[in-house]
Amino acid sequence: MISNESEYPFSRTALMYIYMGHQRLDDTKLYEDEFWDKNRIGRLKSTVLAIHQDSKTLTLSDGKIVSYDKLIIATGSKSNKFGWPGQEFNGVKGLYNLQDLELIESHSKNIKKAVIVGGGLIGIELAEMLHSRNIQVTFLLRESSYWNIILPLEESMMINREVHDNGIHLRLSEELNKVIDDGSGNVKGVITSKGTFIEAQFVGLTVGVSPNIDFIQTNPIETLNGVLVDEYLATSEPDIYAIGDCAQLRNPIPGRKPIEALWYTGRMMGQTVAHTICKSPVKYNPGIWFNSAKFFNIEYQVYGEIQAKRLNHIHTLFWMHPNHKKAIRINFHAYYKNVTGFNLMGIRYRHEVCEKWIQSKTSIEEVLPNLSLANFDPEFFNEYESKLIEQYNQVNGSSLRLKSKRSLDLVTRFLNKVKPAK
Amino acid sequence: MSTPISMSLVQRGHDIKIHQKIAVGFVVIALIIQCIYWFSQASQNASAWLWISILLASIGSIGYTITTYKQEVKGIKNNNNWFSSLTSRGALAWGLAVFLTGFYIILYWYPALLGLSENGISNTGLIKLFDPLSMTLKGSSASQWFVYGTLYTLIILLMGIKFIYKYRHNRYQIIRTLSVMFFQTAIAFILPEILQSLNQPYNDFKNIWPLNYSFFLDWHIDELIKNGLFGYFILFWGIISFLVITPILTYFYGKRWYCSWVCGCGGLAETAGDPFRHLSNKSLIAWKIERWMIHGVLVFVSIMTVAALVTRSTGFSNLFLFSSYDLSKWYGFLIGSVFSGVIGVGFYPLMGSRVWCRFGCPMAAYLGLWQKKKSKFRITTNGGQCISCGNCSTYCEMGIDVKAYAQQGQDIVRSSCVGCGICSAVCPRGVLRLENGSLDIDIRAEEKRTLHIN
Repeated sequence: MISNESEYPFSRTALMYIYMGHQRLDDTKLYEDEFWDKNRIGRLKSTVLAIHQDSKTLTLSDGKIVSYDKLIIATGSKSNKFGWPGQEFNGVKGLYNLQDLELIESHSKNIKKAVIVGGGLIGIELAEMLHSRNIQVTFLLRESSYWNIILPLEESMMINREVHDNGIHLRLSEELNKVIDDGSGNVKGVITSKGTFIEAQFVGLTVGVSPNIDFIQTNPIETLNGVLVDEYLATSEPDIYAIGDCAQLRNPIPGRKPIEALWYTGRMMGQTVAHTICKSPVKYNPGIWFNSAKFFNIEYQVYGEIQAKRLNHIHTLFWMHPNHKKAIRINFHAYYKNVTGFNLMGIRYRHEVCEKWIQSKTSIEEVLPNLSLANFDPEFFNEYESKLIEQYNQVNGSSLRLKSKRSLDLVTRFLNKVKPAK
Repeated sequence: MSTPISMSLVQRGHDIKIHQKIAVGFVVIALIIQCIYWFSQASQNASAWLWISILLASIGSIGYTITTYKQEVKGIKNNNNWFSSLTSRGALAWGLAVFLTGFYIILYWYPALLGLSENGISNTGLIKLFDPLSMTLKGSSASQWFVYGTLYTLIILLMGIKFIYKYRHNRYQIIRTLSVMFFQTAIAFILPEILQSLNQPYNDFKNIWPLNYSFFLDWHIDELIKNGLFGYFILFWGIISFLVITPILTYFYGKRWYCSWVCGCGGLAETAGDPFRHLSNKSLIAWKIERWMIHGVLVFVSIMTVAALVTRSTGFSNLFLFSSYDLSKWYGFLIGSVFSGVIGVGFYPLMGSRVWCRFGCPMAAYLGLWQKKKSKFRITTNGGQCISCGNCSTYCEMGIDVKAYAQQGQDIVRSSCVGCGICSAVCPRGVLRLENGSLDIDIRAEEKRTLHIN
């Protein structure tokens, strides 16, 4: 494993927790240090400058040559920058890797105000991070509501509210125009598309990421936005594979994007390619879509397809707690009634149960009475499944009722995980 | 939607700090009152001064709780844990550790320094301060253990309130904490004192052998038998708790029913120890040491107890090289005092809140055997949702590397897990759930799921 990011692999998703003082870098390592030697996985702290696929060697930044039998490119992403005037000033940063975090750490010491541009998952994490250091954060979003290209309006509005409740200045439908410095190259503030000047000693640019593949542009490996790969994650060149954020599927699964810069897809690709290079090749199949995040204090889980915009052939059943911090959404087909997606805010559902319902095209009317199978909230938490059923009954004139309380044994039986008697 | 907020956040943070300082000031004044009383050898108005100091400490502690958490949105509050001196083994942590270990040393071996007097002479100093309360509860003057029990209970109550407020979004945490507060106050503190006032033997009904290592010692059995029917009941209860109640409850709920819902050591760890939970060592080596030590103590207490019982019934005292009296004396000194007290609590700010529970407690070892071998309890991992962030492992007070299991889709079955539920609470992706199920009881820990490769 060749990387110049850190001594040992760690979880990048945990960078925010390091900044907020919840954890140290060591706490976020994927495995204990002995793991790598024990499993004969070598590590080199270096950067690859060039790939020579003919001689099957790599040139490293320190001049060393390393040879390979199989090569896996997993170089991840880099933060997007759209050529804004002033984006190169000190104190303007994206957040992706450890080096970014170190720079954010040094640029946000003892500052009072910050602006974050762009509102996806990294933007809201960065807002929470800076907020934890008592920095006043202004959050600039191009969209009219947070992440509304992914979240349905109701959920999106819940997050607007949560962001506001946490004391963040949320400015919607407003973009960055340019970054202003104090005359010596340090950021002083930004001017927005509405012409407003906002003071800031730090500007976070979180307007998405794109594959980090600049170092192979001179190589015959075929690329488009990312490194093009087939269903076995193989590139155009023999014995070279690409996985994770930097890989672009030539034939993406219907309904899915060719590049999915996600922790989960990265991990599944890693497992897939491991099968392949260990000579039991399998095709990449990420299965039913799932994802999760946490927006300040609101946890988010999604299983299956949840569209931001309503579709005619998909009905939606949505319940929200009066406090606007919890919500359940179940989508189902208008005619066939099979469930197609679950969206959870502030409530936890079981991955495998939701997946099985979606995969086996279970009818909403069979899912609702059994909804306790899915609930994964801790013991003693209020359960709201019956509210959702009540709502469904009112609209459809049905008289569905919850069949049972939460029970792990019922779940075990439902998922067929009981070991057959010997 | 544009929502400018008039109050500057920086200013708000500043205000919180001032209020927190005032609150801490109340607690400091309460401590100063107790110290003045201790060192001045004053003997006037003990009752008034005790209640004033308890009142001040309570106002300060609850005030600190409110000023710290009220203005924040409900949720996980772990910001700055690794930056603050007190919670990251800084100077404050070392200072507190020295203070606590010093206090325990005085408590165990130099109680005269606290003002304890014997042979009918009345107490002085700190212990005198607690005489009126002791008189009210059990009709005799205070001992150092009464002082300790009172302070211990007070701290569990005040820090329990703080913990509940901190986790007010989580009903499992609220109910669990109310439980440890109740068992400490009613069963461990008040009930035994009332028993004594009724001329019955002192007994904490939830303090089960082998944690309660002196339960089967000669002098204790004598004391119980001397008290007739009620003494026999206590003896019967003690045996039943160990042989029947513990296995049954652990089968249904895991060892958490005891360690994080009932036990007094657990009660202190879960409340006062909460700010230090992330300091436990998560390494494989620590796990190995833990297994040797905790089972070693279980063997030690078993040998010591068997020897004592054999000595009692046969009169033969040199059963295992040493005399059974020496064995129990050494156990009491090394494990009962040094390990569970001085190290167990004194090292909170350095090694986390469960040093004793994890490395030393023979009851935890016994419960752990049941939990591992025959229990419905496990922590379930939610499919493929783990992002390996490490919060679960970091905040596990027992030093379990929860993430190592969760990230490969494996449920967690570990004999040391006390079921506090904090891993589940701090998980940002809804991956962990404490639950009980019987259908898959023998394969709870076996399956490692390949995550979504069909």
